[in-house]
Amino acid sequence: MESDEARRAGWSGIRLHIVTGKGGTGKSTVAAALALALASSGRHVLLCEVEGRQGIARMFDVDPLPYAETRIARGLADQAGGAGTVHALHIDAESALLEYLSMYYKLGRAGRALDRFGVVEFATTIAPGVRDVLLTGKVYEAVQRNSRNRAAVTYDAVVLDAPPTGRITQFLNVNSELAGLAKVGPIKGQADTVMTLFRSPRTVVHLVTLLEEMPVQETADGITELRAADLPVGSVIVNLVRPRDLDADALDAACRGELDRGAIAADLTSAGVEVNDELLEELVEQGREHAERRGLEEEQHELVRRLGRPTYQLPLLAGGVDLGGLYELAETLKEQGLGR
Amino acid sequence: MSRTRIGPLASDAVTAPRLDVDALLADRSVGIVVCCGSGGVGKTTTAAALALRAAEQGRRVVVLTIDPARRLAQAMGIEKLDNTPRPVPDIAGGGSLDAMMLDMKRTFDEVVTSQASPEKARQILENPFYIALSSSFAGTQEYMAMEKLGQIHRKARQEHSYDLIVVDTPPSRSALDFLDAPERLSSFLDGRFIRILMAPARGPARLMTAGVSMITNALMKIIGAQVLRDMQIFVTAFDTLFGGFRARAEKTFALLQDDATAFVVVAAPEEDALREAAYFVERLSEDGMPLAGLVVNRASPPIGHELSAEEAGAASERLERSKPGSIAAGLLRLYADRTRMLTREGRLRARFAAAHPTVPTVVVRALPTDVHDLEGLREIGALLAGQQG
Repeated sequence: MESDEARRAGWSGIRLHIVTGKGGTGKSTVAAALALALASSGRHVLLCEVEGRQGIARMFDVDPLPYAETRIARGLADQAGGAGTVHALHIDAESALLEYLSMYYKLGRAGRALDRFGVVEFATTIAPGVRDVLLTGKVYEAVQRNSRNRAAVTYDAVVLDAPPTGRITQFLNVNSELAGLAKVGPIKGQADTVMTLFRSPRTVVHLVTLLEEMPVQETADGITELRAADLPVGSVIVNLVRPRDLDADALDAACRGELDRGAIAADLTSAGVEVNDELLEELVEQGREHAERRGLEEEQHELVRRLGRPTYQLPLLAGGVDLGGLYELAETLKEQGLGR
Repeated sequence: MSRTRIGPLASDAVTAPRLDVDALLADRSVGIVVCCGSGGVGKTTTAAALALRAAEQGRRVVVLTIDPARRLAQAMGIEKLDNTPRPVPDIAGGGSLDAMMLDMKRTFDEVVTSQASPEKARQILENPFYIALSSSFAGTQEYMAMEKLGQIHRKARQEHSYDLIVVDTPPSRSALDFLDAPERLSSFLDGRFIRILMAPARGPARLMTAGVSMITNALMKIIGAQVLRDMQIFVTAFDTLFGGFRARAEKTFALLQDDATAFVVVAAPEEDALREAAYFVERLSEDGMPLAGLVVNRASPPIGHELSAEEAGAASERLERSKPGSIAAGLLRLYADRTRMLTREGRLRARFAAAHPTVPTVVVRALPTDVHDLEGLREIGALLAGQQG
């Protein structure tokens, strides 16, 4: 019900797509593919990362990103051939703080002194919550900028490669992280403004998962936490889905160890493959394992469906994900309706 | 340049020496095993499986996990892990296994209570800045993991309770945070910034230099007067504890450098995970920390046949045309994909081995299910020891 509604409404009104997922689920890949998918029909998209890993630069095969919006790719072209652009921004807390200080306080000498006395390091690494306010504050600025910063590029959408599911609610809920600490003051004010955007209908949080027990469990927990914090849950994106090479009957037979070896051997021979017992055994055993995994995946898929969110699927690319692979994944997302 | 072809058959023939897990666990001179690596590579499960295997080989083991999945705790027969070691039932052989989970706030609180006078401790524990620092600061977990390791180690020595401690490390942004965070915290505690914060509390305001008051004013603007006041109260109350904190962090750091410690770096056959592992391996050697080896989890199962991915793929296409829906065509596609994956994983591992030729490595094949019981952990332990199931 909820899922149909969301699908019908589409994501076109969304300005900020936040992508999270358990470690190892490929959330950065998905965020990049989503940015490419959104950047069609001449739309401009900004892809941000906040964890200091330079993952975007590696995926798009460009030099490490500075603290400046850098154009890294053309988006996915639509049927009319119109592609948009993808810019990328590597946000680090220290640069964000210095930029913030110069924007709001014009702290010339004092700003430098802050750095020298270790205050910048303190604020960005030790002071609880301040780091996240700075990182999310920059994302906020990129989304909201048209009214204030005329010189900068205005984006149609911003995609944030966010911290993993286990930390996402804490990261986005900058307000409560500061609660009990800063009850008033500029930091608190900044946090409030950021929260207003995060809780608005212009923002969604997508969760990336695999069809395995732990990631699915963590996705369910993540959704519960996001909801409790009043943060907008978007879709669940199932990544690294195994190819559907065998149909249900074949899976059944494979599971029971009842694949027809004679028929398989005959088919192999007709296709010009030299058949021996060893190869036959290898293929049948592999079929059994595949069927077993598919069965487990199906159980997990059912759990994902029960989460009641729109669900998208991305295939496992056997050769790994290079730039071409990213476009392939972007196309897949688009076909399924995400990124339209 | 000649290129070595790394096909499916060669994927286990990477030049890295083999990590002999059983020899490591049997080595009585090793008292601490630290499992580290980036998130999502099965670090906690590896730690638990190593601990169980050591226990069943007769050692008295405690495993300190950081953020275990509920299922893993249940697999060890413990409904809920907490800050106290609990015995894991049904351990075979003469050894024993206790399991616990780091509670970072409680650990921090205990340090404060044990080090400060009751009145001062109360002052610290109630301070809003302390509460935030102890429950949400991203580096606290790393720091407290080290603290807890030091505590267990001291206690085990005094009481002769454990002869092996297996430690899981926090799922940080980067595996290096585990080594960096304590240093960062203690350099902060040592830094000029702290002295600035304490200045008003220590002397009359008029003694403050212009620079200091400029800083204080700037801070006031940014974080607000109330936060600054809370921080000053915290820093002043905490003042006498700083020295102790630093001394203990240094001790634990030295403990990690000791030959009685062995680091096991855990990774998956993915570019990111292996890159993290490479950073970590380099860092360990820079800091003079003893590395036992690399565990590559979640590897694709090896193939014992020479049919290449290209041949299998082409045959599958031919079959699909002549006999649509043929099961053999599907099986060949699966085979081709798996071969490609194996080749890719083999290439990644070979690249790691080329850059770090002396790092002993063990490859653990992916299991279809998560661990549900001790039997599952035993199976992983056997795979870690190189016994292919």
